[in-house]
Parts: sequence; C-alpha cells; structure tokens
Amino acid sequence: MDWKLDDGRPIWPQLSQQLARRIIAGVYPPGSRLPPVRELAAEAGVNPNTMQRALAQLEQEGLARAGRTAGRLVTQDTQVLEAARLREAEAVVRDYFEAMAALGYSRERAAELIKEEFL
Amino acid sequence: MSELLIECRQLYKSYGLRPALRGVDLEVGPGRIVGLLGPNGSGKTTLIKLLCGLLRPTTGSLSVDGSAVGPYTKSVVSYLPDRMYFADWMKAVDLFDLFRDFYSGFDYQKALAMCRSLGVEPRDRLKSMSKGTKEKVQLVLVMARSAKLYLLDEPIAGVDPAARDFILRTILTNYNEEGTVLISTHLISDIEKVLDEAIFLKEGKIMLHETVDTIREKEGKSVDALFREVFQAAPMFDGEKEGF
Repeated sequence: MDWKLDDGRPIWPQLSQQLARRIIAGVYPPGSRLPPVRELAAEAGVNPNTMQRALAQLEQEGLARAGRTAGRLVTQDTQVLEAARLREAEAVVRDYFEAMAALGYSRERAAELIKEEFL
Repeated sequence: MSELLIECRQLYKSYGLRPALRGVDLEVGPGRIVGLLGPNGSGKTTLIKLLCGLLRPTTGSLSVDGSAVGPYTKSVVSYLPDRMYFADWMKAVDLFDLFRDFYSGFDYQKALAMCRSLGVEPRDRLKSMSKGTKEKVQLVLVMARSAKLYLLDEPIAGVDPAARDFILRTILTNYNEEGTVLISTHLISDIEKVLDEAIFLKEGKIMLHETVDTIREKEGKSVDALFREVFQAAPMFDGEKEGF
C-alpha cells in the first residue's frame, strides 16, 4: 500500500488516518507489532517526528498502545476497531455525498442512486 | 549540551558594500530537519558558511551547540558545500581515508554501506564519475560522520528525481536522532515532507520560520505553494534584483 499525501493539509493527520486504515484493513493485524517509527517514516518518505506524531494520535484513539519493551502494538479490542471502521466508513459516505453535490445531485437523489446500484 | 543547537542574534554579513545577511535572528533546537528556503541570492549559502566557520560575521553573534564558532563547533558540524572541492584523481575510498584521519566520528563501514545502497563504486576515481555520482560521494562523506549539526547546501540539485528520493531517504535514515539537519534548497516540493521546520529567507532576512504542519494548517496550502506565492518574481520595474 502506498502513502498518499495531499498538499493543502498538515501531514501528520493524513499519516495517522492511513495507518488507521491499514489497521482496519488488517495490514497490521490486531495484537501485532507496528513497524518502528524510522522504518515507517522512511517508507512514507516523511520526517520521523511527523510519523511519531501520527503514531501518538493512534494511541490517543486507542488503536495502538505502547509495547512492554519497545515499539507499539495494534489493539485487540474489537469494539475500538469496529468504531474506527465505522468512522472511516462515515468519511467515505460523506465524500460520496460531497462529490455528488458537486455534480448537482440532491442528497435524496444521491441516496436513491446508491440503492439502484445496489439492487 | 545546550538546549539550542543554532543561535544567531542580529547577524549581519556584507561582502564589501553588498549586504548578504541583514539582521538574522534564528534559533534551532536539536533533533530537527530544517529547510532553509529562498530564491537565488537570498543569503542561504552565506548563512551556512557562517555556521560552519568559513565566513566571519560582519556584526552580530552566532553560536553552535552553545559555543562560538571555532575548533569545537567544527568537530560537531558536518558540512556539505554547494560545490565540489576534491582533487579528481582521488577515489572515493581515498576520501574516506582522509575523513577518517580528520574526523573522530567518521564511520568508515557506514560510508561503504551507503555507497553500496546509492550504487556508487567506491574504488572508482572521481574523474570518471558523473556529476550526480560525485554529489552522492560528497553526501556519503558528510552523512557518515557522527555530528550534531549537518549543514547541507543544495544536496539534491544535481541528481535526477529518482536519486533525489533516494538521497532524501538516505538523509532521513542516517542522521542521528539528536542531530539537526539544515538543508538549503529551492526544490521545495521534493523536500517538504521530510522537513520539521521551514525557514524562508528573503533578501538577507528571515521572513518566516514555522513548522511545516503549522504552515499547512494556517495557510491551507503546501510550503511549496506558499513559497511560490511569497517569492513570485517581482515585475522588473520594482527594482528587484532576483527573479527566476
């Protein structure tokens, strides 16, 4: 999975969102150890301090916690994982409605289109 | 150890009558990657040369790691000049020998390993190397030293974009964690993601010194976009000497 960073926004929230998505998608499975900060920073081509801040945010959200010796472990708490998954899903839905609004569709019509596609 | 790695107070430097720096106040802490950004002729190289002791300030004071620039600071500063200064009959390994003799913190094995990962053959003569390859050798020399302050003057200007990414990664993975890296460049979009802080230098003065994320948050645009806006080539009648 590649790291995608937009220009107009601070970098660390984008990193922490993409890390969260990786956790939700099971790239980093529950209970596993996250790669070290430096490795992740080099992979994403970003400053280690920025990556550190993104990881701290994951801890804040409960998706990761500091390991006993070193490093960070992905949470095994399914409630936390489900809540994070729902947050991301809601963001996708919001993006959909925004994109549809830009095309001139009302929310109702946009919702209908989804149902039609689905059935 | 001092809290601040770089401290400049009202730093002035002029070449004859021509001012290059006009009152620079600057504080940079340890463990940061800092971009020194500005158009040609804005004073980037002058500031770097003052920090490594190649130039003396006209007035004002500066200290590195709590000491005035001198033998001590030279032992903790690793400097990448903006031009090549080695005899071209030498091989990269000759330079490694030279640096090992000169600097106590030079890691010979690390230099060889970096050559391998950058695709440089350390037994080739400099004469036979391309400009980009020579720049890589210079970078290896600088990054294989264990230093507190790395001063990199235009480290990526002469290499292709793919090598650029690779060099940035090399910088990211090879500076030590208490070390600060000051990188001067005008290739901002390439370098923006690796920076903690950005300094905008304009006509010898610092006009902005912020963290990259703060700039993005406040301005809603990238540092590169902000730079283009701030340093828009001024119309000729404005009397501006710079431009692109």
